[in-house]
Amino acid sequence: MAEPAPSPNTSGIQQEPVTITEHAVLYGEYRLLSMDAPLTAPHVLGGQFIHFDIPTRADRLLRRPFSVYKTEGSTLSILYKPVGRGTRAMVELKPGDQTSILGPLGRGFPLHPVDHPMLVAGGYGMAALYMVAESLNTTGTIFMGGRSSEDILCVDEFEKIGWNVEIATVDGSRGTQGFVTDLMDPWLEERGYTGKQKTKEPTFYACGPNPMLKAMWQRALDSDTTAWLSMDRHMGCGIGACLVCVQKVKDPTATPEEWRWSRVCSEGPVYESREIVWEAHE
Amino acid sequence: MSNPPSLDMQVQIGSLTMKNPVTVASGTFGYGPEYAQLVDINALGAIVVKGICMNETVGNQTPRSVETASGMINAIGLPGPGVEGFVKKYIPFLNEHSVPVIVNIWGKTLEEYGEVAKRLSEIDGVDGLELNVSCPNVKSGGNAFGTNPEMLAKVVSIARANTDLPIIPKLAPNIPDVGLFARICEEQGADAVSLINSVPAMAIDIETRKPVLANTFGGLTGPAIHPIAVKQVYEASQAISIPVIGMGGIQCADDAVEFMIAGATAVAVGTATFYNPNTFFEVLAGIESYMTKHGFTSVKDLTGSLIN
Repeated sequence: MAEPAPSPNTSGIQQEPVTITEHAVLYGEYRLLSMDAPLTAPHVLGGQFIHFDIPTRADRLLRRPFSVYKTEGSTLSILYKPVGRGTRAMVELKPGDQTSILGPLGRGFPLHPVDHPMLVAGGYGMAALYMVAESLNTTGTIFMGGRSSEDILCVDEFEKIGWNVEIATVDGSRGTQGFVTDLMDPWLEERGYTGKQKTKEPTFYACGPNPMLKAMWQRALDSDTTAWLSMDRHMGCGIGACLVCVQKVKDPTATPEEWRWSRVCSEGPVYESREIVWEAHE
Repeated sequence: MSNPPSLDMQVQIGSLTMKNPVTVASGTFGYGPEYAQLVDINALGAIVVKGICMNETVGNQTPRSVETASGMINAIGLPGPGVEGFVKKYIPFLNEHSVPVIVNIWGKTLEEYGEVAKRLSEIDGVDGLELNVSCPNVKSGGNAFGTNPEMLAKVVSIARANTDLPIIPKLAPNIPDVGLFARICEEQGADAVSLINSVPAMAIDIETRKPVLANTFGGLTGPAIHPIAVKQVYEASQAISIPVIGMGGIQCADDAVEFMIAGATAVAVGTATFYNPNTFFEVLAGIESYMTKHGFTSVKDLTGSLIN
């Protein structure tokens, strides 16, 4: 089956000065950061990202990449959790602060019509999928996973636009106990999306931590199903020059030994499972 | 961005005329098309593309980079398309632009420097060669040539024998006497020297107690290395009469002017482009402002204007 390429980056990349308009705790440690970005916001496609200059970063230099969660008019929003020195410095940002973004960057998820879309999100990976849910031709199911209930974000937002939400948490504090893939497997089989009784062809769109993406990748290959994965790699420049964020990829029909490096920032971050070559330790 | 008519911004690197003294550091600007998405690359005095050797190379494993205090350590490992890949893939694009092109070259052997220099000399659209003799991140070639005076002499000599293009050896920071190394380059027929390359460095993940980089060691760049580079540029320029291209941690015009006062004829913006793609515009405009404010009409008069 010929696969369409991820959405091309047709809108021009630019560096835009932005003003922070909202900064709020969303759930637990997760925060919503909104900014006025009239040149960038209208052009973002689902799964694309921005490279954010952290003005409160002290001796840090590099921008940080964030999936765009939502755009509304000239407002662009991201979700983040303070985990490293860069994101911890972001906590100090307040409305009115000025900085700049590069964007829209990368090739997002393909948005051609499909019959049965299934979104798979781990933690803030959900942020990359909301615009996909908004843009696809039909609604479907989003599987959300996290360590605990605090990692399950924006359920209402997805339900509001007609998506069925299925939840799994490792500690069982919300939804089914276990990994999101543990929840998915029986759910999909019971409804005829996988297994011997398969009658429907699902298409997966996944964003989350690498172990989740790898589990998704394995299922997609085993069942010969299309699964688009948004890869997360440490990034430098964001536009393909520094060669830091490289991911091993191959042609869909090639063997893993025939890998080459692909720049996640500019050739990705979204790849189809058959293209991905994992490192042995991942 | 046009120069005020009273300011002469032109500088000369061998037979290469740069309309202004601002260029970019190899490896921080891709091959041209990457940043052409964002900025007018024709505004540069010259573009220096990422290192090329004879054959296609894949570079190092990941992680390749880590951010540190006021800098970053990288160990990319010189992935590249090889000479023929570069010519096919990027020369047509570069020839559509007026900006002079300096190709950074490296080899695993002495002979390879000669072969790459010779092949690129045949290519319309290549205006100069920077000899990478100081990359800390490749096992053969790179730093092994740049930290040994005899080997450095041989690399420059073989490149000189194989090209009439301006050649610019790029010197390492981790050498005991930069003046000696710069003099060797001049004696062997180099048209200029550029410095500094990244500073050998290491970062450790204290949770796993493992090196952060797959390559264990990398090269530190960014503002953290700027004062080191100023000293090396000063010492090199004192030792030779050919031009010095100064680089290392330029974030703004002040940093560039500092290099020029120390003795640099031209300057290269590196890591700062990653976080502010407009840096080279700002540096150029800022040098002009500085000149106007301090009564310089020719940028050449800034070079080596240090008052001891």
